[in-house]
Amino acid sequence: MDSLIHARGLIKRFGDFTAVDGIDVDVRRGEAFGFLGPNGAGKSSTMRMIGCVSPPSEGVLEILGLDPRRDGPKIRAKLGVCPQLDNLDIELTVRENLTTYARFFGIARKEARRRADELLEFVQLSERADSKVEPLSGGMKRRLTIARAMVNQPEMVLLDEPTTGLDPQARHLVWERLFRLKQQGVTLVLTTHYMDEAEQLCDRLVVMDGGRIVAEGSPRALIEQYSTREVVELRFNTEDQAAYADKLAGIGERLEVLPDRVLLYVDDGDGAADEVNRRSLSPASVLVRRSSLEDVFLHLTGRTLVD
Amino acid sequence: MPRLLSFEGTGRRAASVTERNISTLRSAYWVVMVSGFLEPVLYLFSIGVGVGALIGDITLPGGEVVGYAEFVAPAMLAASAMTGALAETTFNFFGKMKFVRLYEGILATPVRPIEIALGELAWAMVRGVIYSAAFVVIMTLMGLTTWSRALVMLPATLLVGLAFGALGMAVATIIRSWQDFDLIAAGQFALFLFSGTFVPPTAYPAVVRWLIEITPLYRSVDLIRALSTGTTGWLQLLDVAYLLALMALGLTVAGRRMAKQLCK
Repeated sequence: MDSLIHARGLIKRFGDFTAVDGIDVDVRRGEAFGFLGPNGAGKSSTMRMIGCVSPPSEGVLEILGLDPRRDGPKIRAKLGVCPQLDNLDIELTVRENLTTYARFFGIARKEARRRADELLEFVQLSERADSKVEPLSGGMKRRLTIARAMVNQPEMVLLDEPTTGLDPQARHLVWERLFRLKQQGVTLVLTTHYMDEAEQLCDRLVVMDGGRIVAEGSPRALIEQYSTREVVELRFNTEDQAAYADKLAGIGERLEVLPDRVLLYVDDGDGAADEVNRRSLSPASVLVRRSSLEDVFLHLTGRTLVD
Repeated sequence: MPRLLSFEGTGRRAASVTERNISTLRSAYWVVMVSGFLEPVLYLFSIGVGVGALIGDITLPGGEVVGYAEFVAPAMLAASAMTGALAETTFNFFGKMKFVRLYEGILATPVRPIEIALGELAWAMVRGVIYSAAFVVIMTLMGLTTWSRALVMLPATLLVGLAFGALGMAVATIIRSWQDFDLIAAGQFALFLFSGTFVPPTAYPAVVRWLIEITPLYRSVDLIRALSTGTTGWLQLLDVAYLLALMALGLTVAGRRMAKQLCK
């Protein structure tokens, strides 16, 4: 099997704090792989170890078949990295950001300029080529960072929360470009806490929580395993939604009471809604929707806010 | 054709960091260049020539007698090599490391921390050598040294710059805030005043003199003054060894601390 990332019992500690607590991961060539998890789950620490800028504390880690502890420069030569916070060079222009970065990989100047123009075209920034980086919008900066990650024609691209903080238009443009890369056979590894992003882009993903992997599979398989086909969201005109929990008992596989609504996890949403009406509970609103990765995610990692 | 010098690996990667700095050069940079060049020239004229007229001649440790401007000029050259190197490697290096996160981006490429340090040091030298060359030309035109001595002094100023640049980078990895730069500036000014620059260390009590003679700027002044006045001896080998050791130490500390801070 052509494994680009192979991790067994991978651990990262910072002093007494264990950020990554023994994870096993395999990423195959050509696949889009996601690390999903709330803030502080250990996603970024894992990405930094994969990017060979953070030495593992313990465990096995092989990237592109090489050992990051020994072959860091050799591995990084074949990786593209798009960090969570843009670290573009604000003293350089948009094009120079790409050509200069190419030089760090030892790419000849002429070839660097050729690739820069090609990539600027790809991320739709050709018109801003000679602009400084500072005045660019968040979405443009992110696209430039993605272009920069492509300048060495990497075998694998690491994207840490690629669309966090972008407006919807910018997000969709980034997704579309990433999808194009995937079609070109580039292996994508990304972290996200957006469920729609994971469903859109990932062939396979792991859900991380507290430094551990709590679930693994394709988005569809995870939804099937950890949720039901459909979800019914009910809102009642009362302060205490929990008061209805008993009255709803027996409908669907699982019931969850939130401060503002009650969720019914069911296979047949409309059937469940009919049953609610038959019991004459008259909720203020009823919403039947398909189950999403978000339901899986919240089910696995809980609803407590982590900052 | 046989390759005499391998430009792969560390050398090539460090050079790409230097190249990045050259790419940032904009037309406004000449302001920085002119101010950096003017400082030692102003000192030379005000103190070396001006105050020198009141002081007269100075006797070197070997017994040679030279004019005061001849005594001060090589010290100004050494001090400007120090200032130029420190400006680039403390202030700018610190900013790049802690605030603009420039190095984070670079470290995601094959470039390693020590190669960033080497590249930045080389860049500081590009700037330093331009200052030094201009100053050496002025010294020679004023008859304070000869052309042949001036040619030997240039590589010596490069060594001074390398030693202080490496030291500066090591310091930049240790300090925590911009406020600490006031301490560096104070230390630098003390070195500038007391490293045998304007007054020979023999003028001070034995303990102070001993303190002065172990400072890096004194060793630099001693080396360049001996070259400038044509009074070199065995002691200058000690100067060279001292500065080489300082450079090696500074680079090692800087490289290690960068790796520790940036590759957590």
